[in-house]
Amino acid sequence: MLFIIAWKNIWRNKTRSLVVIISVMLGLWMGAFLLSYIFGMIDQRLKDAIGNEISHLQIHHPKHSDDHDPQYFIPKSRQLIADLEKNDSVKILSGRVLVDGMVASPAKSLGARIIGINVKKEDQLTQFAKNIVEGEFLKDSDKNKIIIGRKLADKLKVKLRNKVVLTFQDHEANIVAGAFRIKGIFKSYNSTLENNNLYVTASDLSNLLDISGEIHEIAILLNEADHVDPFVSQLRADYESLSIEGWKELAPELGLMIESLDQYMIIFLTIILLAISFGIVNTMLMAVLERVREIGMLMAIGMNSIRLFMMIFLETLLLVLVASPIGLLLAHFTISYLGEHGMDLSGIYQEGYASYGFKPIIYPKLETVYYLRIMVLVMITAVLASIYPAISAIRLDPVKAIRKI
Amino acid sequence: MDSHNHENCVIHTEDLTKIYDGGAFPVRAVNDVHLHIEKGEFTTLVGPSGSGKTTLLNLIGGLDQPTQGKVWVKDVDISTLSKSQLIDFRLHNIGFVFQAYNLIPVLTARENIEFVMLLQKRSKAERKKRVFQLLREIGMEDKINHRPAQLSGGQQQRVAVARALASKPQFVLADEPTANLDSKTAKNLLDTMVKLNEEEHITFIFSTHDQRVMDRARRVITLVDGAIASDELKEEQHIIIG
Repeated sequence: MLFIIAWKNIWRNKTRSLVVIISVMLGLWMGAFLLSYIFGMIDQRLKDAIGNEISHLQIHHPKHSDDHDPQYFIPKSRQLIADLEKNDSVKILSGRVLVDGMVASPAKSLGARIIGINVKKEDQLTQFAKNIVEGEFLKDSDKNKIIIGRKLADKLKVKLRNKVVLTFQDHEANIVAGAFRIKGIFKSYNSTLENNNLYVTASDLSNLLDISGEIHEIAILLNEADHVDPFVSQLRADYESLSIEGWKELAPELGLMIESLDQYMIIFLTIILLAISFGIVNTMLMAVLERVREIGMLMAIGMNSIRLFMMIFLETLLLVLVASPIGLLLAHFTISYLGEHGMDLSGIYQEGYASYGFKPIIYPKLETVYYLRIMVLVMITAVLASIYPAISAIRLDPVKAIRKI
Repeated sequence: MDSHNHENCVIHTEDLTKIYDGGAFPVRAVNDVHLHIEKGEFTTLVGPSGSGKTTLLNLIGGLDQPTQGKVWVKDVDISTLSKSQLIDFRLHNIGFVFQAYNLIPVLTARENIEFVMLLQKRSKAERKKRVFQLLREIGMEDKINHRPAQLSGGQQQRVAVARALASKPQFVLADEPTANLDSKTAKNLLDTMVKLNEEEHITFIFSTHDQRVMDRARRVITLVDGAIASDELKEEQHIIIG
């Protein structure tokens, strides 16, 4: 009966109840969508970073991270690669030759990171070829061909098939230089890559560095993303003399973003739920004050404080129970649609997003567990929001309440 | 043996006093009232405005706490009960009829009557039987599913009487029950109450200004400045023995 009365009571003032229901619904819709937007953006950045840039883990000479001197190549790298390729956890790996140097065109000289790649494996690992917007990707058989970022090419004022000169120190600190013809120009949503990175074949670069066959970096993609931490631990135990880092160490900003997801959720939802709770408290308080005489009568005829509290609590809960599924369903449909079709923000925020390595097309996503968490948090909010109005009701003096006009 | 322990005694008060704290001028709303009401009485409390009728009714009904004195309902001194004990006591022992009907507007006539029995945790079958019995007694079987807004003032007050009786109380307190009703409706309501009193031996205590109620009452207690000025038994009451 309490349930029935509570249900009927919330429809006494339809407009007021609908305002609360709509505000809770909109709050949840927007809250869930905002979370999905952040989650989608971070997830996309993570996938791009792992899939196209850093992979799940990388192996270096322990001193290479501090000093990119070409002398710090990975010792016995051929054997190491052969061992890793036999490991069932490894999906694909690729060795790279790295050096920091200068790239010069007739117009300008700029600092750059030069990366020597095993073309086939690199393409399997990072699918780099799809980033080429002009010209072609490298072949392992290419000699003195280079892939350059669009932005860097613009700064150097060079075009496809122009030549650039790379200058850097070899492993014995001799200055060496090589002329490379531009075979392809790439674009990346990560503007750092587009501004700084140059790609040549590993054999060209190792010849110039005079480290024939040696590599500075092994990038590895695993079959299971969840196995990164145990795999890194295992490798560290097996190869104590090498620096082995998972993606969270290689890109700590990504690790931080992932770690912060729950905190983002709590902050956003707290703000939304606070706004919702004030709306609920206000409405329920009005509902109580409007029914003072009736509540006084209920107390007079024998309705105890617990039942009265429960009635107000149920009214609050029912308002939220009506609003929450609608809000969450709307959020689900919006997130599903935009998760499939994407939100294209390239018109306004492309540069801003690119400077942080994000694509301007966001695919919102929200796991089911977050819908459930939001629902639970809203229920808790309803419980808390009902306390003050319910206490106001049970504190009424029936004698005074009955006489209230 | 104290008078309140008498088997037929429903209400007994001793030195009952209620003083409202008015700062420098405290108001003595009920002043040293000794009252004895037996089962089956049809009694009115009358007097000018401010004479303490409603306050006395509230004290008897356990809605208000006396400043001094005692109120016994049957053999329970309700002036010693806590707030929650009083609510439970009222639920099982006292029926209320208010001037403004005070029905729950979202419930039908049937649900309004049934509500108090639900609070008493009566069985569904018992509730159903009692609701139909009461609706029949007040002559409103055809309005069973009407909400208060669909009923006239007199019909609402009759439903309120049925609600007051639904809990099978020791007595019914009615505060100005006819004040908002026209003459004809008031007469019909009083007829219903008199009938219930005579046939069911329900004890009714009214506070009223209404001459029509006073005319139908068999005992008229006049209050002046919170004290009993006169206590007139107009005819032999239907007091139940045993």
